[in-house]
Amino acid sequence: MERFAGLLDALVYTRSRNAKLKLVADYLRDTRDPDRGWALAALTEALDFPAVKPSTVRALLMERVDPVLFQLSREYVGDTAETASLLWPDPPAFGTPPTVAEAVDTLTHMTRLNAMVELAGLLDRLDAAGRFALLKMATGAMRIGISARLAKLAFAQAFAVSIDDVEEYWHGQMPPYRALFAWAADGAAPPVAEHVPHFRPFMLAQPFDGMEITMAEFAAEWKWDGIRVQIVHVASEVGGETRLYSRSGDDISKAFPEIVNAMRLPCVLDGELMVRGNHQGGAEGGAASFNALQQRLGRKTVSARMLADYPAFVRLYDMLSNGADDLRPLRWEQRRLALESLVPRLDPARFDISELIPVATLAELAAFRERARDDEIEGVMLKRRDSAYLAGRRAGLWYKWKRDPLLVDCVLMYAQRGSGKRSSFYSDFTFGCWTDDPDRGGELLPVGKAYFGFSDEELKWLDSYVRRHTVNRFGPVRETDRSLVLEIAFDSVHVSKRHKSGVAMRFPRIHRIRTDKPANEADLIATLRSMIRDAPL
Amino acid sequence: MVKDFSWLRAEPHGIYIVPASCWIDPAQPVDSALITHGHADHARGGHGTVMATPATLAIMALRYGDQALARTIEYGERLRLPGGVDATFLPAGHVLGSAQILLEHAGERILVTGDYKRRRDPTCPPFTAVPCDILVTEATFALPVFRHPPVEHEIARLIDARAANPNRCLLLGAYALGKAQRIIAELRLAGYSDPIWLHGALERMCRLYEAFGASLGELRLVSEARKDDLAGQIVLCPPGSLNDRWSRRLPDPLTAMASGWMRVRQRARQRNVELPLIISDHADWDELTGTIDEIDPVETWITHGREDALIRWCALHGRRARALALAGYDDEDD
Repeated sequence: MERFAGLLDALVYTRSRNAKLKLVADYLRDTRDPDRGWALAALTEALDFPAVKPSTVRALLMERVDPVLFQLSREYVGDTAETASLLWPDPPAFGTPPTVAEAVDTLTHMTRLNAMVELAGLLDRLDAAGRFALLKMATGAMRIGISARLAKLAFAQAFAVSIDDVEEYWHGQMPPYRALFAWAADGAAPPVAEHVPHFRPFMLAQPFDGMEITMAEFAAEWKWDGIRVQIVHVASEVGGETRLYSRSGDDISKAFPEIVNAMRLPCVLDGELMVRGNHQGGAEGGAASFNALQQRLGRKTVSARMLADYPAFVRLYDMLSNGADDLRPLRWEQRRLALESLVPRLDPARFDISELIPVATLAELAAFRERARDDEIEGVMLKRRDSAYLAGRRAGLWYKWKRDPLLVDCVLMYAQRGSGKRSSFYSDFTFGCWTDDPDRGGELLPVGKAYFGFSDEELKWLDSYVRRHTVNRFGPVRETDRSLVLEIAFDSVHVSKRHKSGVAMRFPRIHRIRTDKPANEADLIATLRSMIRDAPL
Repeated sequence: MVKDFSWLRAEPHGIYIVPASCWIDPAQPVDSALITHGHADHARGGHGTVMATPATLAIMALRYGDQALARTIEYGERLRLPGGVDATFLPAGHVLGSAQILLEHAGERILVTGDYKRRRDPTCPPFTAVPCDILVTEATFALPVFRHPPVEHEIARLIDARAANPNRCLLLGAYALGKAQRIIAELRLAGYSDPIWLHGALERMCRLYEAFGASLGELRLVSEARKDDLAGQIVLCPPGSLNDRWSRRLPDPLTAMASGWMRVRQRARQRNVELPLIISDHADWDELTGTIDEIDPVETWITHGREDALIRWCALHGRRARALALAGYDDEDD
């Protein structure tokens, strides 16, 4: 338990993703079974101990600490498990601390009746860091930023196995994942995962930079603006199971039950998850803006109201398997035929196919791409007709050709320090546009925030500019003298009730620093508003 | 005669000794001031007569220039103030020169601890407990979650982290007066003999400590280093410089911070600290409550910090206590 507690603490204080990966990988490599498997399950919040609730921990503490002092401490520390770990009196002498496996075993067998006594018994054998780890594990609220995908990457890194294999074998394995460790660490045969709807890594596209290509070798389709998903259904004697995965490989099935429930055929499909509407591509396009989809993202459960107001569907791009047949080695055009013959058998309310754009030359495609703005579509895709479905971003096979961004001139208003490597730089910029002509009393209102788009050299310059032009400080934020014009690039702009300016930009980034332009010549909010294409949902 | 202690009053900007027309650690310029220690929120410039230990006066001279009328008081020396008040300065164990002030008047004894700790500190003499009627105590870390681990334990973590990261510069944020010098002295006691690198803002205080007898070993300035010199080295800076432009010159810094607040994970995260070291120059919960028990005063007055919790503890243990609600003391950096 001490090593696990040490890992937890290190993860709390580490912000970089690579450093987190290394910490978890080192732990998995250097710790024995079954502790490492249980620890992995705890980190990904895959454990549940119904007998232990935060209220159990509070009640336990109240028996030993004055309630007023507990409350004052809890308010200061801001976390019940941490407060309890610090307040719990050290025993006169520590016995042998429990292993992670022993702690899991004890927690699993606890009942509401004996939880207080059993938990106290474990706490008495641990120091403050160990108590924190135990209580976090017991109450299942790690909040330490280790997603299932990150844990798998760390696992792959620890044992130098391929992440694709880890994805294939992981699902259906239960903590403490002995068979997985035996395979990755000791070279045993991989665990077989039949009847499990596991994730396959996505094939990704490179940006298209206008190079010469022979259009006959490529198929073109619209680049829809939702989130890329994979839907997997496997059949079994008990009726089968469907899961929906995000691009990062995280299971988002619970947030989109209407999609999961609508899939009844054993297959693996790749597509764009969107909400019904007539924003992208008009009534014919059938998809609402990304803004509408955002209402549905990041939720663990979804209300009936949400389902009715923002109905989701998947626009299908590709087919990775058909029943037990893996189609990934096939050519794109063969997979496309399989997909076209599958789609009529699916619920049309939840699934449709991404239509191909009928073009013979790149020039024709360029013309279509120009239209993308009017249709509020992100751009176009190019896929080599003979390409197999390969994980990751492979050169020369798939291209994304986004339409040119919209541009607007804004005035820098506030700057905030970044985090990690950028923690000493003012690197998050809030900028505004004028409510009216500044010479007629117009004011600046914030319209957006950007923290990329600039080079390292430009960042240094911006940081220094902010420091020299500060007029006010609010904690980590500096207000500047509103003298610098930034040309902001963005993909689209939407009506927003949350912002005083009434608009919200999608994907804003700093395109150019316009030292040549005086602040009073920056754009009006009305200019931004005129770029809004939101149609009613 | 009933003891009423009305000769000592808590005012918003300090403790006022009425018959002597004299203040303790006033937050505004006054004619006559007793200063417990050199931290900026206790020792301010611009007073008339300043009475303090030799080290505290030296620290004030370093920060504010020479004081107009400085009067040196040695530990244990009894000072006669106007109005029949006697003041004795006793070691507080907080930082170099830090003192508690024992006030005696009309047969009544009031002990003002100032900031104090009960742990070992190689750079200043230990806290002396003396009997009194009223104990005026600080309460910076007065919550039962604050239990500082042994300093040797935290110093070992620092040395281990340095050994485990030979290519990174170990950048440690520490308060410029007291904490920085104590950590250097503790590192030396732990056998660490490599040069220790300083942010320029720490240099003069370290030299002052050495002039008062502290053994700090070889100290070098970061401003005189090449970037490559600092990989695998320990660098000390004020907490405010940890994430500032200054630290960009360092090779892949591993950010550490030495403070009692580092006990709470969220506080460490707010500072972007990778290695939080729980080292404080203030008494922790056990020291605060233990000191009240040991001195066993008739009443306890609490100057600044988390006074609610300490008052609650006093009530639970049948002790009389009240909060003085002094303004202007800043406990964030310790």
